[in-house]
Amino acid sequence: MTIDRERKEATIPETAVPARLYRSADGRLLAGVAHGLAQHLRLRPAAVRAMFVFLSIFGGFGVMLYVAYWAVVPMEPVLDPRRRRRSAADRGSAVALAVLALGVILLLRGTPLLGQSPLLLPTLLGGAGLAVMWRQADEAQRGRWLQLSTQLGGVVESRSRRAVLLRVGGGIALVVAGIATFLTLSNRWAAARDGVVAILVVLAGVAMITGPWWWRLLADLSAERRERIRSQERAELAAHLHDSVLQTLALIQRHVESPREVARLARGQERELRAWLYRSDGRRESRFAAALEGVSADVEDAYAVQVETVVVGDAEVDDRLGAVVQATREALVNAARHAEVSTVSLYAEVEPDRVSVFVRDRGVGFDRDAVPDDRHGVQGSIMGRMERHGGAATVHSAPGAGTEVELTMDRSKP
Amino acid sequence: MTRIRVFLVDDHSMFRAGVRTELGDAVDLVGEAGSVADAVDGIRRTTPEVVLLDVHMPDGGGRAVLERVRPAQPDVRFLALSVSDAAEDVIGVIRAGARGYVTKTISGADLAAAIRRVADGDAVFSPRLAGFVLDAFTQHPQQPVSDPELDLLTQREREVLRLLARGYAYKEIGSQLFISVKTVETHVSSVLRKLQLSNRYEVSRWATDRRIV
Repeated sequence: MTIDRERKEATIPETAVPARLYRSADGRLLAGVAHGLAQHLRLRPAAVRAMFVFLSIFGGFGVMLYVAYWAVVPMEPVLDPRRRRRSAADRGSAVALAVLALGVILLLRGTPLLGQSPLLLPTLLGGAGLAVMWRQADEAQRGRWLQLSTQLGGVVESRSRRAVLLRVGGGIALVVAGIATFLTLSNRWAAARDGVVAILVVLAGVAMITGPWWWRLLADLSAERRERIRSQERAELAAHLHDSVLQTLALIQRHVESPREVARLARGQERELRAWLYRSDGRRESRFAAALEGVSADVEDAYAVQVETVVVGDAEVDDRLGAVVQATREALVNAARHAEVSTVSLYAEVEPDRVSVFVRDRGVGFDRDAVPDDRHGVQGSIMGRMERHGGAATVHSAPGAGTEVELTMDRSKP
Repeated sequence: MTRIRVFLVDDHSMFRAGVRTELGDAVDLVGEAGSVADAVDGIRRTTPEVVLLDVHMPDGGGRAVLERVRPAQPDVRFLALSVSDAAEDVIGVIRAGARGYVTKTISGADLAAAIRRVADGDAVFSPRLAGFVLDAFTQHPQQPVSDPELDLLTQREREVLRLLARGYAYKEIGSQLFISVKTVETHVSSVLRKLQLSNRYEVSRWATDRRIV
């Protein structure tokens, strides 16, 4: 697991961990020692923190170690000031862990400081509850990342939401149980009830007085968040345009003397930009239409022709349709190489029982009886490929009238 | 042959200049506009025969122009020009009343021919639009058909559309199917009418679903 992660990071230089040990500015709790150390060692920050807490049990050794690191290790240089934020989730998680550790200490030592038995159980319970809930925040975040990467959508979402509810509920139950145990054990139930009522009344009053302010704060926060998302999108768009469109425009300026090359560059960029703009919905290459578009894109790129592609219907690519795609590629390449045209038409139609593909150019054409043997060979390979898979290929051509290759394949089993 | 009076609507002045140069003397360019409001004004003032209409513009695009001009001037014919090629845009502008659709990469000669065809009351389908229509009218054949006259394509119309999608010109389609160019035009116009008037649920939904190029 660890080896795997190391190898993966080693192959991706951008995400590689810096060799020097820094205190981390990003995601730190106190001074960023634990987070920085975790990054350096490629461990999880929570694990390092747990270690510090654990070591603190032994006469505060962990605390001393932490302070020592704090003093010695320099802060990580940060360019973006917005990144100098502490993660609330991390802080809460650490507090909860600390409370849990305190409970463990009390349990282990049976410390006389807080009175032997009454506080032990409630602290343990409450600490455990807090830990569960605060860990939840991180889990939720991780869950979202996972979801984004797998694009599984609804199923995962509803499942993880149930898990979230379960955990938050369990955490609250544990904390409440801890408080109740404390109150029962210390015989202060009645007093606590009165106190709780008083506190609730005061809280309600405070809420009413400061309500508008909170409301505005929330609105501001969400507005700021929206703005941040927008600016991120802008940055992403700018980065994309720079990497693609501006580069291509620069290339085009350098190739002004070669119209063919300019057309090829422009066409390729157009295709890429269209795909980026309109095709975010995860169309898979295993579909027939997408495969044909991929083939025509390759031919456009390789031979500087425009392939006008129209596909009606769609289907999953099996062996037979794979053969059709390959034959289509050969027909397109033929047209691009021999027809002396700038545009080739590709039309494909998927019907329930069969698939037809037409590759047509308005180029020089040829007399089928007078073609040299090498072009016979290419046609033979198209026809042979189609016939091997139970389909057929027909070529219509005449000198000066262009060429049309017709490919048909039955979809039902023979 | 009298020159056709054409009005050009596109928010990119560079593109307008390009079209002007390409068309040259083939048509009589009576006016230009770069925004929806200017277009509506200009078309009212100049009463052109054909409006070359950009699909994508601020303030509602080509559809806004169609919706505001057509009630007052039903005789003005529209030919949509777009770089988009997205089914949603193409079908949208046709259903709003455009009589044809061509991509902006079309050559000057082809554009002039398309303008003449639209001015004559015929329809202009790019291969991609023909493909869209075939796709939209063939999906879910088990769906109930409320008006067969409008909701289904005839076998002949289907053949004509297939040849259009294969890159055939009207004349070539005619000789392939042994019919006259005029008959081909009639078939295409009839398909256009069905595309505009059909209540077929799939036509609109299909276009919105298929948000791809």
